Amino acid sequence: MRAIDTSLPPQRPATKTAEFKPSLLLKEDHHLCAGCGEPVAIRLILEVIEELELTQNNVCILGHGCYGSFIMLMDVDSTLCLHGRAPAVATGMKRMRPGVAIWTLQGDGDMTSEGLAEIMQTAARGEDVTCFMLNNGVFGDTGGQMTASSVIGQRTKNTIEGRDAGYHGNPIQLAEILSQMPGAGYVARGSVHNAASINATRKMIRKAFQRPMDGHGLALMEILTMCPTGWFVPPGEGAEYMMESLGKVYGLGELKDAGAASDDDSDD
Amino acid sequence: MTEMRLLDGSEAIVEAALLAGARFFAGYPMAPATELLEHMAAKLPRVDGVCINADSELQAVNMALGAAQVGARAATGSCGQGLALMQEAIAEAALNETPLVIFNIARNQQDYFQATRGGGWGDYRTVTFAPKDLHEAVEHTHLAFHVADKYRVPVIFMADNLIARTQMGTALPVPELETLPPKDWALDGTMGGTGASRWIWTFGGGKANRPGVGPDGYWRQIADKFDRIAKAEARHEQGFCDDAECVVVAFGSGGKFVEHVVRELRAEGHKIGFFRPVTLWPFPSEALEAATENASNILVFELNAGQMIDDVRLAVEGRDRIKPIGGISFDDSGLNIGPLMDARVIRTRILDQLAGKPLTELPYTGMGAYL
Ligand SMILES: Cc1ncc(C[n+]2csc(CCOP(=O)(O)OP(=O)(O)O)c2C)c(N)n1
Ligand code: SF4
Ligand SMILES: [Mg+2]
Repeated sequence: MRAIDTSLPPQRPATKTAEFKPSLLLKEDHHLCAGCGEPVAIRLILEVIEELELTQNNVCILGHGCYGSFIMLMDVDSTLCLHGRAPAVATGMKRMRPGVAIWTLQGDGDMTSEGLAEIMQTAARGEDVTCFMLNNGVFGDTGGQMTASSVIGQRTKNTIEGRDAGYHGNPIQLAEILSQMPGAGYVARGSVHNAASINATRKMIRKAFQRPMDGHGLALMEILTMCPTGWFVPPGEGAEYMMESLGKVYGLGELKDAGAASDDDSDD
Repeated sequence: MTEMRLLDGSEAIVEAALLAGARFFAGYPMAPATELLEHMAAKLPRVDGVCINADSELQAVNMALGAAQVGARAATGSCGQGLALMQEAIAEAALNETPLVIFNIARNQQDYFQATRGGGWGDYRTVTFAPKDLHEAVEHTHLAFHVADKYRVPVIFMADNLIARTQMGTALPVPELETLPPKDWALDGTMGGTGASRWIWTFGGGKANRPGVGPDGYWRQIADKFDRIAKAEARHEQGFCDDAECVVVAFGSGGKFVEHVVRELRAEGHKIGFFRPVTLWPFPSEALEAATENASNILVFELNAGQMIDDVRLAVEGRDRIKPIGGISFDDSGLNIGPLMDARVIRTRILDQLAGKPLTELPYTGMGAYL
């Protein structure tokens, strides 16, 4: 084998030999922070949409949060709706276009704070829609304040000494609550803190799309995502911090699968 | 045309909405808008439509927004406080160009400001139709959906409990309206992955491969659109204004009462006319200016503490010509139109005003009925 001559700069500039961008992403650059977990989660969702051949049969409703800027990056028919109202918007869409995969992209602030009634009552009605909650325990977009999902002891911009149960109240464990409701057919919590969790989450995302399309009711797919900026930790420490804080309260895995019997996913 | 049927206003509006192609409604009960929801719930499924009994007005209006964004003719409805809760979404519909119809079966006429000024955010206006009776309500229902689709705007249809709860014979005529282009902007889900996916977003950001004009550019476009609507869609009705020394301005069912009184006074020889804004926004300012050119008295009859009178003052020269002859007027329930909506009272107030006498005060009815 010929040795590569490293004494001089390469004659030809480096070229890209592989494409890792999901086809539903229009551009690889985004404006989210270094170490943010949200782009990873969104990437998984877009890959699954393609795998399930829903590319030309889906509509996304984005809430208000850092992920909202992906309306410009996703090659998907989309709307960015009012804060918290995505499940209501999804309801109107699904009822008028029952054959289309309708999915919401929300955060913990969007879903458990501003929009708790919307998600609960949409689940109660058993709408066949998929609702994603990117849970980082803060309002990331407004700079890292407490949401209904911030955990006890969590330092945020407006719980600077840590969330105190007596003063600030307790977090809402939405997935656990929804898993008790007959109208919710699939409830799962994933994470993107390491490769194993990413793989497990991808499988859950598949079901989160399949179950509503098969008429099992609403799917709530919560994904824990790193927000180093909102947590005041260096980007490289986001994953570890997340599993020490949110990860202790929000257990990973499937909480409910009404369509397990009809499962044709042989790979899990 | 179908045969005549005896219907109350609520049912007639719902029948007209279905004939106009409405297929989605979401609402939350509130008198006197409740019957509209009940009729929608009963009738929409018969035409493969959907009526959702929403758990709040916030959700109702956002459901209708979603249904409209995927291309359906969709509506919601309520009144007063319910409409107040919907303001956030009405503004959103105006600023992200979603055609939406909001049926406001108002308790009275005190929500003129709410309809024409709005309580949402941003630079927007809401086209508002104010029918005078059931027949016009049927026509306006068609117009509301048409105008909403034509310009991709929210449209408020503002009737009142008198219209909603009065029965009249109607054949439910369908007005002839121009054919509108297909809704190629609607989010039907088919454009994913094509590089031409669609977006609906108040910030006008577009997509990475086709960047939009952004908030500044988008909101200018929308403001321009509302200017166009203001020029093209103002509607009014007037009578005997040409030689009128006194013009009485009133809207909605109040306008119908005023018309009746003015016709009586004309027959008795008074040089009097009436003017009724049919759209509250756009307010028919130019038409009102022309109609009142020779009038030394412009009397404004409205059942509130004075709201439309602001628009009258903006439209015509000579403020001292403009005088209110309406006022707050409810019955003890707080829902129904009170003692001012009475042809004899209106007549007395007009004549007193022309004679330079002070307005006769109506006594407060008090809560006697509940004691
Ligand atoms: C009605 C309303 N209230 C407040 C805001 C401000 N706001 C924008 S994004 C956001 C936080 C969203 O938090 P979350 O959903 O958790 O998303 P994240 O940014 O953490 O991803 C808030 C409060 C808004 N856009 N609308
Ligand atoms: S603030 Fe947090 S959620 Fe928002 S982009 Fe930065 S890391 Fe991500
Ligand atoms: Mg968050």
